[in-house]
Amino acid sequence: MMQRFRERPGLRLFSLMLPGGFWLIVFFLIPLAVIGAISFMGRDDLGSPTLPWTTDAYAQAFDPIYLQLFLFSMWLSLLTTLATLIIAMPVALFIARMPKKWRNLMIFLVMIPFWTNFLVRTYALLFLLRANGPMNNILMGVGLIQEPISLLSTPFAVWVGLVYGNLPFMILPLYSSLEKFDWTLIEAANDLGANTVKAFFRVMLPLTAPGLLAGSILTFVPAVGSYITVELMGGGKTTMIGRVIATQFGTAGNWPLGSAMSLILMVIVTLAAVLYFRAGRGERMAL
Amino acid sequence: MPDTPTADIGVELRDVVKKFGEVAAVDHVSLAVRNKEFFAMLGPSGCGKTTCLRMIAGFERPTSGEVYINGEAQGATPPFERNVNTVFQSYALFPHMTVAQNVAFGLEMRGVAAPEVKRRVGEALELVRLPHLASRYPKQMSGGQQQRVALARALVNRPQVLLLDEPLGALDQKLRKEMQLELKSLQTQVGITFVFVTHDQEEALTMSDRICVMSQGHALQVGTPVEIYERPNCRFVADFIGETNFIDGTVSAVNGDFATLKTAAGMPVTGRIGGGPDARPTVGANATVSVRPEKITLAEKAPESGVNAHEVRVFSVGYVGSDTRVVVKLGDANIDVWEQNSVSTLDPNYFFRPGETAWLTFKPENALVLTS
Ligand SMILES: Nc1ncnc2c1ncn2[C@@H]1O[C@H](COP(=O)(O)OP(=O)(O)OP(=O)(O)O)[C@@H](O)[C@H]1O
Ligand SMILES: [Mg+2]
Repeated sequence: MMQRFRERPGLRLFSLMLPGGFWLIVFFLIPLAVIGAISFMGRDDLGSPTLPWTTDAYAQAFDPIYLQLFLFSMWLSLLTTLATLIIAMPVALFIARMPKKWRNLMIFLVMIPFWTNFLVRTYALLFLLRANGPMNNILMGVGLIQEPISLLSTPFAVWVGLVYGNLPFMILPLYSSLEKFDWTLIEAANDLGANTVKAFFRVMLPLTAPGLLAGSILTFVPAVGSYITVELMGGGKTTMIGRVIATQFGTAGNWPLGSAMSLILMVIVTLAAVLYFRAGRGERMAL
Repeated sequence: MPDTPTADIGVELRDVVKKFGEVAAVDHVSLAVRNKEFFAMLGPSGCGKTTCLRMIAGFERPTSGEVYINGEAQGATPPFERNVNTVFQSYALFPHMTVAQNVAFGLEMRGVAAPEVKRRVGEALELVRLPHLASRYPKQMSGGQQQRVALARALVNRPQVLLLDEPLGALDQKLRKEMQLELKSLQTQVGITFVFVTHDQEEALTMSDRICVMSQGHALQVGTPVEIYERPNCRFVADFIGETNFIDGTVSAVNGDFATLKTAAGMPVTGRIGGGPDARPTVGANATVSVRPEKITLAEKAPESGVNAHEVRVFSVGYVGSDTRVVVKLGDANIDVWEQNSVSTLDPNYFFRPGETAWLTFKPENALVLTS
């Protein structure tokens, strides 16, 4: 069987790609083409796209206000990725070093919140951060603040929401890398004179880079385009590009602009991801 | 060994205990490894060899007792501050680094200047005969080659002691034999103390200056290969190293360096008293005579001297070329006898046949009386 595949690489490639390719065309390429088409249209009074073709939407999208929002969204997503990384690393390490029989249970526990509706969990966060909520009580109790401060509707609140929501997407790929990690390599590094920090950076980090890269992409990309978290935690005062795009398809009634911004966002995020993977590839070549 | 001058001791374990939970993996072990010595730790699986090595390397801390390197108590000194290097059983080569980068790692960690790193890496790869593979990655190499890289990676640091945990365990028989010779000559060449863990007795006997035989966390005997084989100090060591016959009985007479036992069937058996100076048998105590198969002779007629001469029945005969391995019945006990085929003959009458009777003898100085 494998032999025949090897002799006819074209056939092999085709049969491997068939299911995935179908999926890709129906659920990804066709919608993308529709969005692409709409982005080059005008609109009527009700906001529905109309012909003739025009680049008006792109002219609108490159408005400085929107550009600023792009940058802010990227920045906040970057901070989100960093924070999830810092929180997820020790968690993933801890689970990976547990006896085997406990590990699956721990991963299960990490996943459990995901079976609760995302809205419900976000409302729970709202409750924690609101003026008379536990967070303020704690801060006052410790004496850091004298009276309740408004934590909601700030970039901070959005950031907290994004970090919380994306944490498992960082933990899981990190864990899967760490679980495969051969810990005698750390002993070998120690044996050769590397202290814990050096062993981490010279041996562990390069060898777990695939999980780290995957986790970062899985966190960063959804964070940039996120909508519900921004809607609820930002309370309309702090907004991100994902929410603005959603508005174009809703109340603002500007489908072409929404489509154009979606495509621009996609291009930027894709570029960022490609650059990121490039940077990490050198390390992973040998694996 | 107590009279060995301390200045000559490279590594020492003093009354070391290591417990994992309630189980003592290493139980009051004391031993001293001399500088530039090829020292083997030999014992069955799970006897605590690796644990001893890991305590010397600094990966584990003794529950009690102390490890000394160069006369200095190691305490909680971390592995990266000890002047020892380890060759791991799994090699533990860094998969994301080339052979040269692997070998350079230890030198870089110790802040050796780049030109010297390059020179010494070159030398080390020369030493293990792999300079042409410097830019390969570990997984592009065979097991034997990886093994040599692991060796170079450790040796390049010129440690005072090299710890090797079954370094040849993953190699096939032929390669293993080759590497044994190579490793031994390498050790002589670099003049570094080797502490070598193995559960292969032949490997230990051929390679080592001295051997420590371990069982269940105890260091039973330390000695040269000849001492370990010819003067085992207890039943376990006699049994574990090579082949031997045990003849159990009660001590009936003690006479200078020799003692005589009476077996359950009333046969007298005499041997040299073994087991160290504090192990003298007393009359009436239970003891065992250990006599190796190649030290017993079989004859058709009764020998002139009556000592250790017994009439036996031949049970089975196995011809293996260099010698003939005969099993005879002494009472109920099976006794192995290996007769060297020093005569080139095709005459079937030269060999014993099952069912025949024969006379078995061995000299008392070739047998050991063991009380433990
Ligand atoms: N980290 C550990 N936790 C619990 N028990 C351990 C640990 N390491 C070793 N042991 C136990 O200690 C005993 C000695 O183990 P060790 O690995 O030293 O044996 P060994 O002589 O090297 O055996 P082998 O020839 O199989 O490698 C074994 O019974 C083992 O199960
Ligand atoms: Mg072991």
